Amino acid sequence: MSEEPRSERFRVRAQAPLRRETLIRPDPSLGLVAMNGPGDPAPSLVIEHGVVTELDGKPRERFDTLDRFIAAHGIDLEIAPEAMALSEEALARLLVDVDVPRAELVRLARGLTPAKLATVVGLLDPVEMMFALKRLRARRAPGNQAHVTNLKENPALLAADAAEAALRGFAECETTVGVSRYAPLNAMALLVGSQTGRSGVMTQCAVEERLNLRLAIQGLVTYAETLSVYGTDKAFEDGDDTPWSKAFLASAYASRGVKVRFTSGTGSEALMGHSEGCSMLALEARCLSLVRACGSQGVQNGAISCVALTMSLPGGTRAILAENLIAAWLDLEVASGNDAIASHSPTRRTAKLMGQFLPGTDFVTSGYSVMPRHDNTFGGGNYDADDLDEWMTLQRDWQVDAGIEPAGEEAVLAVRERAARAIQAVFDELGFPPVSDEEVEAATLCHSSHDVPDRDRAEDVLAADRVLAENITAADVALALDRRGFGEVAERVVGMQRQRVSSDYLQTSAVIDAAGAVHSAVNDPNDYRGPGTGYRLEGDRWALLQALPHELDPAGVGVVDATDGPGLLRDLGTSARGGAGDEVVVAVGPAFGGALRETIGGIPHEEVLRQVCAGIEEEGVRYRVVRIGRTSDVAFIAHDGAQLAGSGVAIGLQSKGTAVIHRADLQPLDNLELFGMAPLLRPDSYRQIGRNAARYANGGRASPVPLVLDNFARAKLIVRTALLHRRETEAIEPGAPAVDVTLA
Amino acid sequence: MSTPDPLLDYPLGERRPELVTTPAGTPLAEVTLDGLRSGRISPGELRATPQTLLHQAAVARAAGREQLAENFERAAELASLPDDEVLAVYTALRPRRATPVELEVIAQHLADVGAPRCSMFVREAAVVMAERGQLRPAG
Repeated sequence: MSEEPRSERFRVRAQAPLRRETLIRPDPSLGLVAMNGPGDPAPSLVIEHGVVTELDGKPRERFDTLDRFIAAHGIDLEIAPEAMALSEEALARLLVDVDVPRAELVRLARGLTPAKLATVVGLLDPVEMMFALKRLRARRAPGNQAHVTNLKENPALLAADAAEAALRGFAECETTVGVSRYAPLNAMALLVGSQTGRSGVMTQCAVEERLNLRLAIQGLVTYAETLSVYGTDKAFEDGDDTPWSKAFLASAYASRGVKVRFTSGTGSEALMGHSEGCSMLALEARCLSLVRACGSQGVQNGAISCVALTMSLPGGTRAILAENLIAAWLDLEVASGNDAIASHSPTRRTAKLMGQFLPGTDFVTSGYSVMPRHDNTFGGGNYDADDLDEWMTLQRDWQVDAGIEPAGEEAVLAVRERAARAIQAVFDELGFPPVSDEEVEAATLCHSSHDVPDRDRAEDVLAADRVLAENITAADVALALDRRGFGEVAERVVGMQRQRVSSDYLQTSAVIDAAGAVHSAVNDPNDYRGPGTGYRLEGDRWALLQALPHELDPAGVGVVDATDGPGLLRDLGTSARGGAGDEVVVAVGPAFGGALRETIGGIPHEEVLRQVCAGIEEEGVRYRVVRIGRTSDVAFIAHDGAQLAGSGVAIGLQSKGTAVIHRADLQPLDNLELFGMAPLLRPDSYRQIGRNAARYANGGRASPVPLVLDNFARAKLIVRTALLHRRETEAIEPGAPAVDVTLA
Repeated sequence: MSTPDPLLDYPLGERRPELVTTPAGTPLAEVTLDGLRSGRISPGELRATPQTLLHQAAVARAAGREQLAENFERAAELASLPDDEVLAVYTALRPRRATPVELEVIAQHLADVGAPRCSMFVREAAVVMAERGQLRPAG
């Protein structure tokens, strides 16, 4: 370990949140290399008599189980000779060639081996990868998935959070359990809540496969992404599966109407100690070839829960983007990670996110925590409820749709309460432990489950057991809702059952819109072919995503209303040059005390004027207040004033509060003292400005003007600055002479 | 019954609802809250038929997704099998759960109950798992 830094700056940096993470030098022997590892297999494919006899440098007799499965199901032997004959450089160029259609890239990928896929993608830089990912996304429009859990497994809170997630546009909601016996109740709360928020939202409950299938059979969930695969035989065996068991499980889920997405990701093999000296990306390419070979429509990948391990290595963030890209190239739906906490550093988290956020993936996160992080029983959340405004602002900044819609408090609270009431009614109808009105209210208004009353969890577990023992189905839930006046929610729950019957959502990248229409890569494929094509955030959708509830209307900023009364200043007559040498002019801008009444820092103009004048008087100097109507520029306001002042010294005051001390013999853009950051000025600042001006007039020595220290003042107030200055500029009377004024 | 181009049928629920029924034969359009209320449909029939899954397989194949189509074809075979039977096959395919004989019994059973694709899939697994030492030794 390094010694304690001697430098204070090194010490402060060492204590930053970022430095809580371990960065590590690559060690390929441990699988600790992100991509392009020295031990990675070289691409090769030999086909003899319709059988793969060599795969990525290995002869058939040395094939492991994964090789066997990929050779049997994962490579299109018709296309392979053509695709493998292309050089890696040629394929890499095709990936970024906008004139090559997605369909052609996907066709070629059917004939490529895992090592070829990894090697080609390894030739791309991050921006090239992002461009390729944008082109290769399966569904036309990007989407997002929500995580919905809480530490108390409170059903009202689960329902309320699912409803808010649905209202905010998440296409899928995923829950899980702390105690597995809770699963039926959590699945039920998620179903009722999500359908209360918006019809068509798909839901899942991440639990053990047998239980998960039961929940699906009872219609309580519609998708699963718990099918994990790994890139080496040993890791696969530690996962207690074979490629055949996983593929069979996928068919079992499909047979019960469950949309299936596999899970993989860089780093898992190194974490399990079974990397066989390969880079993380090389192994992930094997996983992805296997996922497609198994017949999964899609994958959740992007390091997922191992994200911090991949990111401990040089190029880790790039490797994660590369794995998303390979998945999309293989024509798989991609739920692109960004769910587990990637870093202590918000900067690093967001920089990593941009790799998926800007190109857009089928699900930009495979779980955005719609509740506060500490309620996320998936192990925290990379982004959570408290970050929603951040996410939506990033969408607004980039004009990018990353799947989350703004919603005002009133609308959010309405669906939260309705969802909590709906699950309250269902529990009551089914004879489950009651959900109290206090729970409903807390679920509607709380920050987290800390604020929600405790439930009798032993009783809840018994109710959960009843769901399975008595085969309580989604149909029973719909009927319960119907009996209790939640007809619309009941209709939507039945709508999800109708979707199960037609099974259209089993196709690649399927989501269901609020009208019940299925959008998948089959009927709504990514049609990007260059600028002006493909999914673009524009029109009504762009209007929706940019209109954040806290956005201000510029027309309403700095407007003087009737309660402000008549103008602050009374005109005395056209100004003339003063004769007395002890006179300082206070020159104010055209809107001062009229169209505007206070500075950007909220100090009333009357107070500003009184302080400045008092400061001048304290030094035994006289003052005269003059309004400069011809300009809103503080330098010219002050310079005009200085020409009128008997002493030749003037203070210029813009209405937004910017001040300058000027002298008649200086060039207009020169000055004695400039106070350009109006937000930093306090009333006593203006008093000292008055004193200093007087001292310039009488030969005294100026003193420092006290200022508030706020480095963020510009970021905070630049919009108001622009709008207030606009009002001052609107008040200009071209050619108007200076006018002596006094407080009215 | 289906059009020559399966892609034109998709989404079935929207474009060809007349092709879709529940396992009990209820047309898709009658899968409604009212149908449940009146008892005309039972909760147990709210799932896809083998025919619907085969139709989805045809859609996937026409869209160029051969492996996904094969998955749906296996699913179509499994749709009529009891849950426990399906889960038993899954378990047997996990490492060192089944002996070679047990896998062969399962494969034969699947063939007997009209699941030939799943049967072949199990037999294929049995060969590789035997070579890779992933079967439970007999006895």
